[in-house]
Amino acid sequence: MTELFLAFDLLLLISLIGLAWLLLASADLFKAVVLFIAFGLLLALAWTRLGAPDVALAEAAIGAGITGTLLLVGLGRLGSKEKCRPGRPPTTTMQRFSAPLLIGLITPSIGMILLLELQQLQRATPGQQEAVISLLDSSGTEHPVTAVLLNFRAYDTLLEMGVLLLALVAIWSLDQARPLFRQDPVSPVLQGLTRLYLPILILVSGALLWQGGQAPGGAFQAGALLSAGIILAAISGRSLPLRGQGLPLRVLLAGGFLFFLLVAAGTLLREGIPLQYPRELAGTLILIIEIIATASIAALLAAAIAGGHPGEVLESPDRPASGPGRNP
Amino acid sequence: MAINDLITGLLLLASLPFFLAGTLGLLRFPDLFCRLHALTKADNLGLGLVVTGLMFQADSWHQVARLLLTWLLVLVAGATVAHLIARKALEDGQRPWSRR
Repeated sequence: MTELFLAFDLLLLISLIGLAWLLLASADLFKAVVLFIAFGLLLALAWTRLGAPDVALAEAAIGAGITGTLLLVGLGRLGSKEKCRPGRPPTTTMQRFSAPLLIGLITPSIGMILLLELQQLQRATPGQQEAVISLLDSSGTEHPVTAVLLNFRAYDTLLEMGVLLLALVAIWSLDQARPLFRQDPVSPVLQGLTRLYLPILILVSGALLWQGGQAPGGAFQAGALLSAGIILAAISGRSLPLRGQGLPLRVLLAGGFLFFLLVAAGTLLREGIPLQYPRELAGTLILIIEIIATASIAALLAAAIAGGHPGEVLESPDRPASGPGRNP
Repeated sequence: MAINDLITGLLLLASLPFFLAGTLGLLRFPDLFCRLHALTKADNLGLGLVVTGLMFQADSWHQVARLLLTWLLVLVAGATVAHLIARKALEDGQRPWSRR
């Protein structure tokens, strides 16, 4: 049985490296993006083989799904001339010989170092598992991954949310969002699909968020699913109402990070160490942080795909409002 | 080997020709519309067989229902995406391949 798993792992590894090579070497950018999405899915499979279903879920949802969508949307905005990689200038003699020489030297040496290291490596180290499991009762949740993400290493998750927010600020400062769809009328098949999928996506996202306390799941995965629902709604013609695009949108986007920061400040004032949850409140705090974080992450990812800041809401009455991101 | 493992193995093996046919169609059919046709048909039925095979490994009816829901959602999404791609291709002016 282990030989079959070994064969599967080797096949997976070769496919991963092959896909990575293909997507970097292809001149057509659309092909590269599609290969990137396939690469993300295979990587999720690799995470599952490593025994990390939470990471696999996050990789499939965010790495393959959301990032793939981001790349496709960006590709759609390029001019037709930019859609292929520019041709290479003719190679000089130095270039012709230096590349094989370097590769011929570096690859065997790295290969040998890796082999020597692998021989000394243990099959599977327990790592910090015993420490985490022994402290699980006081962490406020039953799932070790959630305990690590939101209690023991909550600082890292706080900074992750900050990074997402910063990325959105960068995207907003670059350009104004353009409508995600240009069809008029929208295909009725797509509208039917949205009507079917949107409730299911909201439900499954809530289920993922809730079961993060006992099983693989959690805020990031649920947020990614929810953002997929928002994008689906945007593609099929629904849009954020104009009244919601000013302050409420910004509150939603920054809410996750700010609330987490508030919890850190509160625990700092009360216990002297930031993010040191009081024991009886740990479970509740984790749940509330996760709920607000899910909504925030969903909004952040969907706003990132919208691709720019919403247009000015206040316009003179004779000029139509310039298209905000999700408004047709 | 337990009977449900045997059935799972058989169903998984039965799904392989469908995926193979779908991939072959994707690579060899002459036209976008033919390729869409091959992909959605073959992959949906292939996935259905895989899901049915996995149902025999499930621990509870809850998991069986989840597997079924996954397959149905993929069916609907695949059909919609194929429709959208074909619609855009027709708008762009592509015409279906004909033998002449």
